[in-house]
Amino acid sequence: MTSPTATPTSTGTAGTSVLEIRDLHVTVGEGDEAKEILRGVDLTVRGGETHAIMGPNGSGKSTLAYSIAGHPKYTITGGTVTLDGEDVLTMTVDERARAGLFLAMQYPVEVPGVSVSNFLRTAATAITGEAPKLRTWVKDVRTEMEALEMDSVFAERNVNEGFSGGEKKRHEILQMRLLKPRIAILDETDSGLDVDALRVVSEGVNRAKADSPVGVLLITHYTRILRYIKPDYVHVFVNGRIVEEGGSELADKLENEGYAAYVKDSKETAKA
Amino acid sequence: MSASDDQTTLTTDTAALAGELFAPGVGAQAGPPTTPAAGTGTAGDVSPGAHSHGGPAPTGSPAERFTSTDPDAFAVPTGREEEWRFTPMRRVRQLLNGAPSDAHLRWDTDLPEGVELTSVEADDPLLKGLPEPVDRLAALTRQRSNGAAVVRIATEAVLDRPVTLGLSGTGSQDVVWGQLVVEVGAFAKATVVLDHSGLAKYAGTVSFLIGDGAQLTVVSVQDWAAGTVHGTQFDAVVGRDATLKQVVVTLGGDLVRLVSNVQYAGPGGSVDLFGLYFADETQHQEHRLWVDHATPHCRSNVVYKGALQGENARTVWIGDVRIRPAAIGTDTYELNRNLVLTDGARADSVPNLEIETGEIIGAGHASATGRFDDEQLFYLCSRGIDAETARRLVVRGFFADVVQHIGVPALQERLMTAIERRLGALPELDEQPVEVA
Repeated sequence: MTSPTATPTSTGTAGTSVLEIRDLHVTVGEGDEAKEILRGVDLTVRGGETHAIMGPNGSGKSTLAYSIAGHPKYTITGGTVTLDGEDVLTMTVDERARAGLFLAMQYPVEVPGVSVSNFLRTAATAITGEAPKLRTWVKDVRTEMEALEMDSVFAERNVNEGFSGGEKKRHEILQMRLLKPRIAILDETDSGLDVDALRVVSEGVNRAKADSPVGVLLITHYTRILRYIKPDYVHVFVNGRIVEEGGSELADKLENEGYAAYVKDSKETAKA
Repeated sequence: MSASDDQTTLTTDTAALAGELFAPGVGAQAGPPTTPAAGTGTAGDVSPGAHSHGGPAPTGSPAERFTSTDPDAFAVPTGREEEWRFTPMRRVRQLLNGAPSDAHLRWDTDLPEGVELTSVEADDPLLKGLPEPVDRLAALTRQRSNGAAVVRIATEAVLDRPVTLGLSGTGSQDVVWGQLVVEVGAFAKATVVLDHSGLAKYAGTVSFLIGDGAQLTVVSVQDWAAGTVHGTQFDAVVGRDATLKQVVVTLGGDLVRLVSNVQYAGPGGSVDLFGLYFADETQHQEHRLWVDHATPHCRSNVVYKGALQGENARTVWIGDVRIRPAAIGTDTYELNRNLVLTDGARADSVPNLEIETGEIIGAGHASATGRFDDEQLFYLCSRGIDAETARRLVVRGFFADVVQHIGVPALQERLMTAIERRLGALPELDEQPVEVA
């Protein structure tokens, strides 16, 4: 199977990152309970590119996201994931983040008693290896919060505690903006957002793309967010693998026809 | 493996009703039931508990809690009684078997304007009107304290700083029997800090009489030296539309056993009971709460959080809430979280909710005991934060969540520093793998 990124349309200059996923197999659960969720995923995401992964519920899209980030719930049973040639799968969760990977979560976790400002500063310090200069840092945080239409009191609230769905997603994108990853995986960032919040969040992602050659892996069930964030590639994800790839026109097709045809195909392939 | 070891019990007046309303465990919450409780007669026009047909009604109401000022009205505890079954009797007998004495804690007080510190004799009518002791230790304290210290906060006084009572043990082998009454005048607004330290054998009773519309914040810090044995019964009588915020912070001492009772003298009372405890090896920290909703339209909210580390670290949290038939419009919730940082520690957590009227706003409880929340750790690590820093952030946050309710910045800072120091001595913190349930 040839990756569409074999002939990248974006300028693949030296210095941009590349995330390579090869024949990735992942199970969840242990022993007899183990269930294979990812069944041979191949994907290459280069800096500056935006890839949309679309698929029905339960197809394994989120498992792909969490496996790359290193969630211990998932067991890698085969394949490789590399970032600029470095083996991601042997890295700890925090090492992956420091290597330049970022996962915007679908359900960000509440951390009681830890303020957003403390959290952001601790994370930025970890990522860059030194405490950010206070003056520029405060300004950066404030600027980006304003751009994401987040009230300044937000910084003093506890991480994700009592946040609305929209606030959690803005907070995720705020982190993406401040931590400046090389590859960002957005796991259903559009879910549960109203039109305004979707626009604000999407604009945040587009600012990140404009500022740096970040590679974006956008995982979504719906085509709605793709009107705001233009994908270079669309991958249809069914039953633990990519079953079709194309450009943004593929999203239009999915919008009109849904996933039914792919789900059926995938069952036939599985039999064959 | 988070949220394991739940120990949750639940009692209500009608088991069938309760069974539909409340599931034991995390996040149980319910609105008003749509059917009247058993024994309330015709639905709609007879208030719960009023029986129009005569005869002894099978209300199934729980037994009244026994109280008395006479120590001998209570049997000498053996450790099998419900209220003593978690307590290490050998250690608490240092108080129960203690002789009358003149020993005192050393008092260092800071009294803002509008506050008076006096004392009353044992036969003073003020003491006769206090809520009665609920166990033998408190009754002994009442009998032997020979009067009481009284803090009076004037009506409508708004204090410019907290009332601080630094109470330090002097290392005396004799039991200190101490009684304190805090009277808060109507519409006053005050913070009272009881700051316990030093080495002592201390049995105390503390009563808060909170006037109508008054707002009282009470902080009780147990920062005792090792070797201290401390038992106190707190009672709060909350006036009409008054608010009480109690923050209990138990860090030091060999054995600390605190009983906190709340009753409402009128409708509209609002109570928050916050607690934080951190038990190291061999420490026993026991917090027993009793919120008695007997008047309408009052609220109570209980949040107690504890951490345990080291061999034989032991904590007990008992949260009893009763909503009596008259207490319509009650809104109550209680939460206990225990973070077990190492093997060999044990946390008991027992919420009890007794509901005798369906006409309430809400009633619920949650209890969870476990190791770190691994999803929290994953979230932090996924932002580049190393696992050990992430664990410290989580534990620190776990406590800060309670400490931030104190509202006295210098004290908050001191407590967080003390907690950080305890965490610094946590050898296993950096060795625990991130596991996900």
